[in-house]
Amino acid sequence: MSFGVILQQLGSGFLKTVLIFSVTLVLSLPLGWVVYFGRSSRNKIVSGLVIGFISIMSGTPLMLQLLLWYFGPFYLFRMNIGNYKFTALIIGFSLNYSAYFAEIYRSGVEAIDVGQYEAAQILGYSKLRTFVRIIFPQVMRIVMPAIGNEVITLVKDTSLAYSISYIEMFALAKQIAAKETTIIPFIVAGVFYYVFNYAVAKGITLTERKLAFY
Amino acid sequence: MSILEVNNLRKSFGTAEVLKGISLHVDRGEVVSIIGSSGSGKTTLLRCCVGLEKEYEGEIHYDGTFGMVFQNFNLFPHFTALRNVMDAPVKVQKRPKEEVLPEARELLRKVGLSDKENAYPSTLSGGQKQRVAIARALAMKPDILFFDEPTSALDPELTGEILRVIRALAEEKMTMVIVTHEMTFARNVSDHIIFMDKGVVADEGTPDQVFNSENPRTRAFLGKLST
Ligand SMILES: Nc1ncnc2c1ncn2[C@@H]1O[C@H](COP(=O)(O)OP(=O)(O)OP(=O)(O)O)[C@@H](O)[C@H]1O
Ligand SMILES: [Mg+2]
Repeated sequence: MSFGVILQQLGSGFLKTVLIFSVTLVLSLPLGWVVYFGRSSRNKIVSGLVIGFISIMSGTPLMLQLLLWYFGPFYLFRMNIGNYKFTALIIGFSLNYSAYFAEIYRSGVEAIDVGQYEAAQILGYSKLRTFVRIIFPQVMRIVMPAIGNEVITLVKDTSLAYSISYIEMFALAKQIAAKETTIIPFIVAGVFYYVFNYAVAKGITLTERKLAFY
Repeated sequence: MSILEVNNLRKSFGTAEVLKGISLHVDRGEVVSIIGSSGSGKTTLLRCCVGLEKEYEGEIHYDGTFGMVFQNFNLFPHFTALRNVMDAPVKVQKRPKEEVLPEARELLRKVGLSDKENAYPSTLSGGQKQRVAIARALAMKPDILFFDEPTSALDPELTGEILRVIRALAEEKMTMVIVTHEMTFARNVSDHIIFMDKGVVADEGTPDQVFNSENPRTRAFLGKLST
């Protein structure tokens, strides 16, 4: 197998990796807010359940969670899981990351001075409008470095898709390496991950800079 | 005609009763200053009046709307000075932007900050921040404006610019309630002074009445300040 073919095959795996990464982010960043609001609900049952959820999500290996999301429906409901791999991955990644993002959002919200809420209240802002216009933009700026760390971790975590035999870049590299007895695929995959991470890190820095306008 | 009327207001935090039956009224165009030593309940009284404290006994009646200027400004840091002034009129009161913009500019001009309309609060001095905060409150066209120690977070050399703005408002017959430790200012600007002590109105009257009061608590408080 020529280098070009290896590159081409890994390239298609790389696209899948990028897809897992982007879909997970697009879902988990807003979902993190939902989890945050559940956690800070005044309803003790709701907040209790959400705290439990966060603790399980961050207290057990992500790989185990992926296995459960994938095989769970089959063992529990005898569901046909043939075409379900990608969905299971997205559920697993998104829920896991939403739990982390929720905790990051919480630390950000707690950093906001109570005077911001009081000023907004007296100016007549509703609770919702206070959040949307006053609190949220300030929180996003505060949490961007912490979010950035998680996003970088997510780039590397995408390789966990391998654990349920989803054929993304990492799985492909291993297949090709075994078949062709060469470590070149690993090196190429490493370069792909590195470049991807580098681009993501640049994106984060740019976002941080953009949010730091004040 | 009273804009604000407070009847027998009581407020406790846990078992500590902080306001022990406060009554007062503020007429349209009147400037009322509230003085008193630290912990006497001045801030708590204001917070009850503007709805930041919700649990209290007694009655608070308004004939109109209110605004508030805080000790710590509480500007929105992610908005420019102009946006701080315009945001609530546009987003809350739903007034057309074209109508609010010239008013907001005029208010900034009035507080001497025309050249700072695009500045973010983090780039402004304390005195400038407080002047933006005053403009922001005025943009809502409140019938009465509360100030809680508007100068005490400022360096002494910056208090003057704030007091000048408030004095100008008083000349325009803006109705105001001002908690302050600036006695000379209170004496000059107020129509009525309320002296609070340990959660009650211990003394009140015109500036001359209060500053020449025979009340021993008033005398002790004013005496302590002048030494
Ligand atoms: N949220 C609160 N919880 C408990 N006690 C409070 C709270 N807010 C105020 N107090 C207490 O109420 C009393 C009155 O406080 P307040 O802030 O109204 O005084 P003040 O007259 O404004 O004093 P200062 O001149 O220092 O600003 C104080 O003893 C204070 O400790
Ligand atoms: Mg106070």
